[in-house]
Formats: sequence, C-alpha cells, structure tokens
Amino acid sequence: MEITLRVNGSRRTVEVDPRVSLLDLLRERLGLTGSKKGCDHGQCGACTVLIDGRRANACLALAVAQDGSDITTVEGLADGDRPHPLQAAFIEHDAFQCGYCTPGQLCSAAGMLAEGGPSAVTEDMAADPALTAEEIRERMSGNLCRCGAYPNIVTAIAEVAR
Amino acid sequence: MTRIEGHDKVTGRATYSAEYPIEGVTYAYPVQAGIVRGRITSIDAAGALAMPGALAVLSSEDPPELAPDADPELALFQRREVAYRGQFVAVVVADTYENARAAAREVRVTYEEDPHDVRLRGDHPGLYRPEKVNPFYPADTEKGDLAAGLAAAAVTVDVTYTTPAVHNNPMEPHATLAVWSGDGDLTVYDSTQGVSAARAMIAKTLGLPAERVRVVCRHVGGGFGSKGTIRPGTMLAVLAARAVGRPVKVALTRQQLFDVTGYRTPTIQRVRLGADADGRLTAVEHEVAEQSSTLVEFAEQTATPARTMYETPALRTAHRLVRLDVATPSWMRAPGECPGMYALESAMDELAIAAGLDPVELRVLNDPETEPESGRPFSSRNLVACLLEGARRFGWEGRDPTPGVRRQGRWLIGTGVASSTYPAYRRPSQATATVENGGYVVRVAAVDLGTGARTALTKIAATALGVPPDQVRIELGDSDLPPAPLAGGSMGTASWGSAVVAACEEALRDGKHGAADTTDAIKAQQDLARHAFGAQFARVRVDMDTGEIRVSHLLGIFAAGRIIDEQLAMSQFVGGMTMGVGMALMEESVIDDEFGGFSNHDFAQYHVPVCADIERIDAAWIEEDDRHLNPMGAKGIGEIGIVGTAAAIGNAVYHATGIRVRDLPITPARLLT
Amino acid sequence: MRSFEYARAGDPADAVARFRPGAMYLGGGTNLVDLMRLGVAEPEFLVDVSRLPLDRIEPDGDGLRVGAAVRNSDLGAHPLVRERYPMLARAVLAGASGQIRNMATVGGNLLQRTRCPYFQDVSKPCNKRQPGSGCPAIAGDHSNLAIFGHSSACVATHPSDMAVALAALDARVHVTGPGGDRVIPMPGLHRLPGDEPERDTVLAPGELVTAVHLPAPPPGASRYRKVRERASFAFALVSIAAALDVAEDGTVRDCRIALGAVAHAPWRCERAERALRGAPAGEESFTRAAGAELEQARPLPRNAHKVPLVRNLIVLTLLELAP
Repeated sequence: MEITLRVNGSRRTVEVDPRVSLLDLLRERLGLTGSKKGCDHGQCGACTVLIDGRRANACLALAVAQDGSDITTVEGLADGDRPHPLQAAFIEHDAFQCGYCTPGQLCSAAGMLAEGGPSAVTEDMAADPALTAEEIRERMSGNLCRCGAYPNIVTAIAEVAR
Repeated sequence: MTRIEGHDKVTGRATYSAEYPIEGVTYAYPVQAGIVRGRITSIDAAGALAMPGALAVLSSEDPPELAPDADPELALFQRREVAYRGQFVAVVVADTYENARAAAREVRVTYEEDPHDVRLRGDHPGLYRPEKVNPFYPADTEKGDLAAGLAAAAVTVDVTYTTPAVHNNPMEPHATLAVWSGDGDLTVYDSTQGVSAARAMIAKTLGLPAERVRVVCRHVGGGFGSKGTIRPGTMLAVLAARAVGRPVKVALTRQQLFDVTGYRTPTIQRVRLGADADGRLTAVEHEVAEQSSTLVEFAEQTATPARTMYETPALRTAHRLVRLDVATPSWMRAPGECPGMYALESAMDELAIAAGLDPVELRVLNDPETEPESGRPFSSRNLVACLLEGARRFGWEGRDPTPGVRRQGRWLIGTGVASSTYPAYRRPSQATATVENGGYVVRVAAVDLGTGARTALTKIAATALGVPPDQVRIELGDSDLPPAPLAGGSMGTASWGSAVVAACEEALRDGKHGAADTTDAIKAQQDLARHAFGAQFARVRVDMDTGEIRVSHLLGIFAAGRIIDEQLAMSQFVGGMTMGVGMALMEESVIDDEFGGFSNHDFAQYHVPVCADIERIDAAWIEEDDRHLNPMGAKGIGEIGIVGTAAAIGNAVYHATGIRVRDLPITPARLLT
Repeated sequence: MRSFEYARAGDPADAVARFRPGAMYLGGGTNLVDLMRLGVAEPEFLVDVSRLPLDRIEPDGDGLRVGAAVRNSDLGAHPLVRERYPMLARAVLAGASGQIRNMATVGGNLLQRTRCPYFQDVSKPCNKRQPGSGCPAIAGDHSNLAIFGHSSACVATHPSDMAVALAALDARVHVTGPGGDRVIPMPGLHRLPGDEPERDTVLAPGELVTAVHLPAPPPGASRYRKVRERASFAFALVSIAAALDVAEDGTVRDCRIALGAVAHAPWRCERAERALRGAPAGEESFTRAAGAELEQARPLPRNAHKVPLVRNLIVLTLLELAP
C-alpha cells in the first residue's frame, strides 16, 4: 500500500507491506536508525517517536495506519545544527551510558514536557501539578534504561523543564 | 569532559550492529525447539520455502559445515538432539524481516520427545563437584577445622538463601550483520563486548584462520556479560549469509534473548557462620548448588567472595553443579560475587542480630589482614573505610536494631547495610599510539558498551602523552585493531589502559609511533590479592497491607583505586546499584517446569526497575593509591555496584518488617504469604 | 505476522459494513499489533477504527459520553473526568505508560486481552487461544492469574485498569454492529471463562464499541488504587475502584467496589456491597464485607497472596473513604 508521511519535516511517500511497523519502516526503509528496537511490544520505550506531536511507541504503530501523520524521530529533534535543549542536557548530565534507550528517552521527554495534566502520582486529580522529580520519574517510566541512568535522566529533564 | 560519543548517541547517529547500511541485505529468523529434550525426527521446509520472499532454510536436514570442535551452543544444526526449549533448530532467510518471520512459522519440525528436568534442587541427585568454577578458581576450598570452629562459637547462623535465574536484558537485543566477500573473507557487525574474542570464536567455529574474519562493533547497547561471548544468533547470521551468498541480518527478539543469550544461574546457598562472644568469626562455610546445561559446563563462582571477605580460622567453600535440560547459563554482571555476596552479606546481618552487634561493627571487627583463604597480602583493602564513611554519610549511628517499629503513615521504615567486593584483574592487551595530523591516534580493539571506554582511554592516553585530551583520537571496536581482551570482568580499562599507556610512552620516546603488548608485564606482576571493596546502605519502606516495597535511598561507598573519570564512575556505580534494586525486588526468570525455558520472557512480565523505582541513589568513593595494579592505579568499577545491593535491601526489609525473606526477589507475594 | 489487508473506516457504519469473518477492528494497536506479532492474533483483514469521529468527550444528561476512539491520555487529562470522575482518571493514569496511553483508545482498552504467559506464547497450549488444547497455567505459572470466577478451562485475568473503574461507575458500553445498536452495562461486557474461554466479552462478531456512557458520579468519596511489583508501568497484582457514601447516622448509604487482576472480568464485589449497605461505616463492617466477598475466592497454589491483598485493599480503601 502507498502511504505518505511527513518525517522530520520531509514528505515521504512509500509503498509498504501492511505488516511493517512504523519502527521498521523508519529503520529498515528510510535509513532512520535513531529510533531503536528494544522489545518490539511497547514494553521498553526505546522506539518512542512523536506522532503528530505526541509520544508513541513506533513498534506498535503499523506504518499503513500512519498515512498522513507527522512523525518526529530523534534525528529530527535538533534545530539544524543546534541540539535540542534535552539533547544538550543529556550530554551535560551523562544521562546515558550505552545510548540505546537514549533516542526514546529524548523523544519521550520532549513529548512529556508538552503534555501537562495529572499523572498517577499526582495527589489532586483536578490540579495541574508542578513537574517535580517524582512527577518526572512517573511520567518517564515508559522508557526503560538498563544501564541505570535514571537519576541523571531526571536531572537533565528537570533542568530543561525549568 | 563529557562522553566522546555523546553527541552521536543523542542525535541517533551512533551506529549499532543491526544498523549498518549494507546493500542487498537479507533477513534471517530462527526456528526454535518446541520441546525440551529429545531428537528431531524431521524438518519439513517446503511450506516455508513456498512463502513470499523466502530464500533458504538451513537446518540439521543438511548440516552446514563447521569445525568439528565447535562449542556445542554455537555448532548450529550439527546434531538432531534437542538440549533445551527454544534452542535454534533451523533458520529461514528471506528478502524482508516480515517475510523471514512469517516463513519461519511454516517450518514443520517433528520430534521424538524424552522426559526432561529443568528444576534445580538442593538435593538433586545429579549434583557434582565441577573441576573449576568460572573462570579458573577451584570449586572447593577448605582451611582450618570447620566443625571445631562452629562448636566453639557462642553464636551461629545456619541459613539457606536462594536466588532465581535472571537475565542480563541489555536494551539492545543481540544483533548481527554478516557479510562474506567473494573470496571467502567474512565481516561481522556484531553486538559484542569483545571484537578480538568474537573474531577468535567465529573463526574457530567455522574452522577458518582468524585473519579471514573481521568483527566490527562501534557501539553496543549494553551487555552486562551476555555479549561477552558470541551467541548462537551470531552464527545464525554467518551461516545464513554463507548459504544465500548475500549479507544477512539477524536481530533477535526480546523473547529469544531469554532462550539463547545466557542468564545468571539460579542458586541455592547454604551459609553457616559461627562467632565468639565478642563477634569474632570462628567459622565460615558457604556451599552453593547451581545449574548448567547438558551442552556446556558453566559453573558460576558464587562462593568465591567468602574466600576474600572476613577473617576466620575455619573456612570452607564448595560449589556443586547439576546439568539440566536448560540453556547454558553465562556471565551476568559480577558473576559469582553478585549472588554469593547476597547470601553471605544477608547471613552476616543475621549473625549481627544473633550476636547483638551492630552490622557495621561486626564487619569492621572481622576485617582481615591478609586474604583469608590464600593468605596473600592485599594490594590495598579499604572495606572498613567504606563502611565507616558510609555510616557517617547515611546517618547510621544510633540506629535502633529493633525490627518493625518505625512507621511513617502506611509505611514501615528500615535500613540495612552490606559489603561489596570485586576482583581487580587485568588481561594482556596490545595497543598502538601514532602521531597523525599533529595529534595522536591510539588504536586498541577495545569495545565501549556504555562504560565510557572511549572517554576513559582518551584521558588515560592524554595523561600518558602529556597532551590535552582533544589531541588524542581513540579508535576501537574493530578486530583489525591491535588485539585486546573483551569488556568484562571489570578488566577493560585496566587491561586496555595498561597497553595504551605503554604504547603512548613508547610513542613519546620514538617521536612517531609506539606499540605495546602487556603479556609479559602481567605475567611478571607480584602475587597479591587485588580487589575493590565497598559498602552499601539502603533505606526502604514497606507497606505490610499490600506488600509493596520501595527503596527510598541507596548509598554506595567504594574503594576502587584511582577513579579515572568522576562522571563515568558515578554512572557505573549508580547503574550497578540500580540493577541491584531489580535483583532485590523484581527480577526473576520464571522456570517453566512443564515446557522448559522461561515463561515470563518479555519486559511486561520480567520486570526491571523503571524510572519511578529509583528515588535516590548516591555513590561516592575513597581514593586509593595502589601502586600494585596498573599504570593508572585503577580497579575496575563496572560490576562492584551490583554486589551487595540486594543484601543491603533485604537487610533493610527485615529491619523494617521483622520478616527475613531468604528467597529473591522480595516481592509483595513473599511478604503477604 | 501473517499477511493481511488493511482499510481505514470512515465512520462506524462503514466499519461495520466492511467487517467480514476473519476481520478485526484496529484501534490504537497497542495490544492487537502486539498479539499479531506474537502470532496470537492472525486477522486476514484489519478495519482501522482509530480515526473514526468517536473521539469526543461530552456531557450527556447528568453524566458523560466518552467516544470509543478517545485516547486513554485524553480521557485521563479531560477536565470533566478529573473533576467528576477522579477515580476513572486515576485508573487510566495507572495503566501502561505515557506513550501507550497516547495510542490506546477507550474501546481498545476495554477489549484488550489477558496477559497470561501461556495465552501469549503460541508454542504452548491455551484454551483461550486454541479451544480444547488445555490450560497449562493451572499447574504452571499462574502467580498473577485469577482467584475469582475461573474455570477448569481458564484462569486468566483481564488486565485493564480503566475497565475496573468503569465497572464501579456503572458505566454503559454502547456498541453497534450488523444486528444494530445496543447498550451493555458494565461489568457485563466481559464474561467469566466457563467452558468458552475463547470469548472474552459478550460482543458478537462485527460488533464495534462506539462509546462509553458514564452516569452521574456516585455520591460520596471515591478512590482507585493499584498495587504492583514495581512503582510504575506494570500490570496490577490487584487493583481496586471504590466509592463510599455514608449517611448522617454513620451507616453506609451506598458503596461501589470493583477489583482488577483477580478475574476474567473486572470483578464487581456485589457480596461485599450488599453486606455494607446499612452497616456502620467502620473497620468491623469493612472487614466483614471483604470476608463476604472472599468466601467465593478460589486461589491457586501460587497466587494465594491475592487473598490477603484483596482483603487489605478493601478494608484500607474503605477506611480512607469513610468520613
């Protein structure tokens, strides 16, 4: 099937087998290997991209179902040569070791910062909570990091959120 | 100085093994044994070959040619016997990943099934004493009169702890891209912890000279031991590419990682301790039962830390192994020390309670002058300093040992302590340093699996050369570079760094180029006990109505020689401790008695800590000036962080609740029933 | 994954018209794509209903109408849901991860399938996946499976958090299908396994969830609490949705209690509720009510911990809700 997507600002028209996930389309067909495959079942977050501005697991999205969508991957976070503030903060605070979860963490954080609203750890569901470390930890729990860089990830995101 | 490859990693430009753009690449997907033990009677590939895009099916119907002495886990499709559920029995190659995976489901395998046994038991009749335990230690040791030591004790503990099978689960699943050239040379892009070792193993398995094989690995998405040796997936790509005459990519699924990439053996550990009225140990015994496969003997060195930790007149350690119908266990972060210190350090806590002593005090009291089992002097040993510094920072003084009495709202609060240790070895390595374009290029076949090897080696070279780090460029991750040992056993930096320093020194003398091989230097070094030590403190809260356990604070103080880079070291220690939280509270690969293998083989069922689980982890260190290690004066730091964490947490859970859970992980289910 | 055809439906009627045997509706895909990749679901035709114009949350009488294509995150973040149905907002936010909540739809959340390890592994038998093949979970790994309402054919649990809150809220599920429209009151959408564990719900082939209607929120205080092994991004060991209304004289006027992760369906604690109505709102009544509910519990050898967990959760949650 033929689909058209906007990927990191560029229009891409591709012929895809309906079985192909958005993640495999990016990695195997479009040469965008920044988005990672860690579990292929939405359980690790390494494949997180922004679909129409919202963070999503690209492994669970069928490419055909994304026809007409606007996709941002880690390759599209920076503004030209100027890194996204999250990218700079991740480097500065050593918020990764092996780097495999990092693109997903970054896209997830970018999406998360735009979300607002309460989370599972918010006391009052009606209020809009401040983005405390506890709130960041809960909101970033869809992105596993086996190297254990969580404290630095939280520090980096908190710095950008301020 | 931030990580050299940091920019590549945050922009998605860092290339991992499955990501090299190779023209004409095809995809292979394995077929896995659907029985636990028995023989394959037939493999019908016709249906698979008729599927769209299918190119080939390899199996034992037509065994690929391999060296006769290949490692049995790597000797794919050579035998009809099935040794464990999930073992690779065939592979399908196709033009796309989707087609390969769909076609693999159409391969029909029939079996003759035998009864199986996948359950480790302390009284298993198959338990035996292995010749040695990983990598070269004696299985058993005995010093002094254990019975007399126990009989003379004023206080004794005799406790059995168990740890479950657990999986490394690096974020990057094992992946391989194999490319054969027209004249029979092989290039393998492999997610591995050691390109030299991988090259040697691939060449040996194929029966090829090593120089016909090149292994490239620029970035690895973690390994924690599971990528220390090549796994069947690597050979799958190599053999499939040879068969179809095109490049082949194999990216294992998360589920397949649970089947074929190794795991930490489950253990059953009996610890007997005796102490006199003052708390001085009179006897230490640590006996371990663990498992391996029927294919390969892998004996984890679980009881070895007891040979190093505490002064005692009587010391016995013993390992027993049983060969089950399971995949071969392997290295996982701090093999031996990690599970062994969980049991020993939990038992020490029980002894402290039995003796009415503070657990920090008990450990300080029993700190040895020389290594207890061998009698060798330590190159340096600062466990006591770690314990005391940790106690000071953590606010340990005045701790009321009474369990189950501190409450904050719905939570019971407790604190616990445990010691850490890990050996400081190094292996022979080569390296070169060359003046190029006004700077230096240092070449060594090291691998950076996230430890920061590039950055650490750059700093080491810059120091040796007396130049700023930006005048040094490190090349690693390619077996064409000077051979080097793998990133494992916390030996990477020490081993590679020794060669890098020697090469840099020679380059300075020569003015142009230096090459080094540390084989002789390492052979000539003094016979000392070289270990890093540490102390970990945990504060937990437990809701006894729901069994929920949360770690409010972890503090680790380590003595690991000279720290080469503070930020990298911090990340390594905290990362190890984070994995220790997983070990303590959630990680368990559930053995499936009926079907073999592990039933919870994904990240939804096998829990590793998420961001919300890690509230506060602090690490710090005591600088050691140890001249007996290597030119950098550094001890490895990749593994010690996970050693002791689970015991500290378990001891804190006891302090909070009065319940001593002796089986990991400490889950709500274990507190509620 | 088997090959399949794909079509995007324009409206609910179009979706139903396109449905045929072997077809499945695709919502956010967070469970269906996962199951297709495992080989558990093998549709020949996917009718994409994720972009149907069913993405509104709007007042409806004294309640709220939530379109079936509303994303979980939008449900949890909606001001009216947060204000009037905080129990539901909390349940939704307790589920999965931020990414998955952005993708998953309300309809798909209701129709997600069990996470039983045998159901998800096509190399092993499972009556739900392959009727008549057996239930290895009964003798095997069932530590997080059912204690209520299971059968000798199946001990699976329904994994949703949202559905537990909907069961407590007396929500009604609107469906359309080849046979027309109908309304199914919660918790009646999901069935107990009996001897047909392959059927998770009472829906007929081709029926499509279009909306969930929330009646006026129950009076009194309400709460959703989820107990899990790790602090986030994990399925429940047990979860509870409860609401309690206490009269001036200190007796229970009304209460709602529903449990998650204990049965093949969200488990509404009717026995406990009956035992509580009119009883003094206090620990003794709450303990008695929990006991009444647990009389019908049939724990398996390796999930007996769910019994004290259910008891404690019912008592503690009601104590918190009592004035």
